[in-house]
Amino acid sequence: MTDLTQEQVRERIERRLAGRHRVEKTFRGLGIASIAFGILAVVILFSDIIAKGSGAFVQSAVQLEVHYDPAVLGIEQVDEESLTWANFTGVIREALRERFPEVSGRSEKRELYSLVSTGAPFKLRNRLQADPELLGRSETVWVAADDDVDTFVKSLSDSGGGFRGRTSDRMIRWIDQLLASGELKKRFNSNFFTNGDSREPEQAGIRAALVGSLLTLLVTLALSFPIGVAAAIYLEEYAPRNRWTDLIEVNINNLAAVPSIVFGLLGLAIFINFFELPRSAPLVGGLVLTLMTLPTIIISSRAALKSVPPSIREAAMGMGASRMQVVFHHVLPLAMPGMLTGTIIGMAQALGETAPLLMIGMVAFIVDVPGGVTDPATVLPVQIFLWADSPERAFVERTSAAIMVLLSFLIVMNTSAVWLRKKLERRW
Amino acid sequence: MNTMTLDAAGQTAPAQPESVEKATVDTDTRVTETVGQPFCDDAKLRMRGINVFYGETQAINDVSLDIGRNEVVAMIGPSGCGKSTFLRCINRMNDTIEGCRVEGDLTLDDEPIYGPRVDVVPLRARVGMVFQKPNPFPKSIYENVAYGPKIHGIASRRAELDEIVENSLRRAGLWNEVKDRLDQPGTGLSGGQQQRLCIARAIAVSPEVILMDEPCSALDPIATARIEELIDELRENYTIAIVTHSMQQAARVSQRTAYFHLGHLVEVNDTETVFTNPQHELTEAYITGRFG
Repeated sequence: MTDLTQEQVRERIERRLAGRHRVEKTFRGLGIASIAFGILAVVILFSDIIAKGSGAFVQSAVQLEVHYDPAVLGIEQVDEESLTWANFTGVIREALRERFPEVSGRSEKRELYSLVSTGAPFKLRNRLQADPELLGRSETVWVAADDDVDTFVKSLSDSGGGFRGRTSDRMIRWIDQLLASGELKKRFNSNFFTNGDSREPEQAGIRAALVGSLLTLLVTLALSFPIGVAAAIYLEEYAPRNRWTDLIEVNINNLAAVPSIVFGLLGLAIFINFFELPRSAPLVGGLVLTLMTLPTIIISSRAALKSVPPSIREAAMGMGASRMQVVFHHVLPLAMPGMLTGTIIGMAQALGETAPLLMIGMVAFIVDVPGGVTDPATVLPVQIFLWADSPERAFVERTSAAIMVLLSFLIVMNTSAVWLRKKLERRW
Repeated sequence: MNTMTLDAAGQTAPAQPESVEKATVDTDTRVTETVGQPFCDDAKLRMRGINVFYGETQAINDVSLDIGRNEVVAMIGPSGCGKSTFLRCINRMNDTIEGCRVEGDLTLDDEPIYGPRVDVVPLRARVGMVFQKPNPFPKSIYENVAYGPKIHGIASRRAELDEIVENSLRRAGLWNEVKDRLDQPGTGLSGGQQQRLCIARAIAVSPEVILMDEPCSALDPIATARIEELIDELRENYTIAIVTHSMQQAARVSQRTAYFHLGHLVEVNDTETVFTNPQHELTEAYITGRFG
């Protein structure tokens, strides 16, 4: 070994060189391949969801000439009570019969009536409520078509003549007539953004779930961020290192790995059964998600505090800053970006969480948009779960659309967090 | 050839006669008592029988030393001899190290530094510190200097604070270089400027003692020369204890020099005496470069 000449050494190095380059190239190739696989997966996922879900943003609507006939409605004047009892369904049916006067017979009429959504009378009611002058007069309105009609119309462009489902030949004839005359059109589906859940796909909307998610996350953020940061600061800056703090640390790390449904059971037992908080409420959902996100926030906040250079602490302490001044003037500002990153990861987890919320009743069928944290509510992922479970074909595209809304929510949240972090970040 | 270079780059070569001597010096000499004059009449800081422990290990062994008013005392010695540890006892920075225990009597103007009643906050305002690595806060130059006066509530008005900042920067010899960019980050300055900023920050609260822990070890010779000049000027108003690895620096800036060896204070004397006529053989071995 010791007797190698310089030439021999160089020769040996060169002999190995080709192999080393080859290994390097292979490794780089593997890296590129795995990134390409990831990108491909994301592209497929997004294109599939967008292709399936974009249809939900438009909705077939039928143009009807309706006459607000007091005799049909069964009311004399417009007030709160009469509106509740008024027969708007009759008005719609009359309008349909007028449009297709040739229709006769019970079953044929039933098929005719099923062209428009069962939610259509509510639209007329709202219009009359907004403008009582309409009583006794006529107007042209667009009412949502039934989901079977909608599905058929949307599938017409597909090869094979469209998905028929429960649509009969007679109905298809009427639909063709209406399409030809421009009385049946695909219009922007505002219901999807303004309504709560519904059994009728054409009436179902994401608003209630969106507001529910927002309220739940607000509760989660308001509780988990201050508690998590305070716990991290105490453990990192104040607590003595002993058996108890070691035990606490181990427990926090373990809690981060506990399956979320367990937190749901805990929430059910403690918040609902013991404290008797309302079921299905964003308040309880937020509490449960707080329990779930706290370990994440504490762990990342502690890591952020640890990464603050000790020289800064020494400098501040050497100036005679008290412990709290050291933490709040120097350590915390430097650790804040890292803490925010952890919080955002926790919040993103919380936004997508379904299982623990099922346990506390947020899986209930909620039609009304929640007005506060104690109102019954559902959240976006649970809404997706519910719609994915529904048999109507029209819910397929709504499920995908709800996923799109959830993902946009997530993207908006993460982008704002990244922006905030960039703004707070300081170099030293 | 290869083996020879390795040895030259490593510690003192074992084959050389000096090293044999060094080995004997190292093992045979027991430090029992400090040689020279560790005490002075007009002492600002009085330290008696200081022992410092890190857990079970003893880092400082029965050290007694006085630091006189308006005096610069240099502390020299090989790495790990405990000079920094000793320095950090004076403003109780050792409190922040887990498992560190300090025994003995330390007084600042005859007031105890350690004791159940002593609050470290006012103590550290009286005993400022400059660290080895320049460590300005990641804030503006102005904020860096104004931080001490702010937290101690020294300035009541903005104009007063401005004046303190200007005076401190002037005394640290930095004013002319930074007066037009006080709002820029202190971390953007050069190494030497950062260290002077740290000195300005320390003197902004008008401390009585300034502790300097190898303040020039991260600086180039020009910046070092400026800091040394500065230390000489600061002596008029402050008492300074400086730890240094550079014997030339100790000789240039200090009036008295203390030589530490393995946690013992071996010799304290006038700087001139230490460097020209060392009393203890360990001191002599160190200053003549036989180890360290």
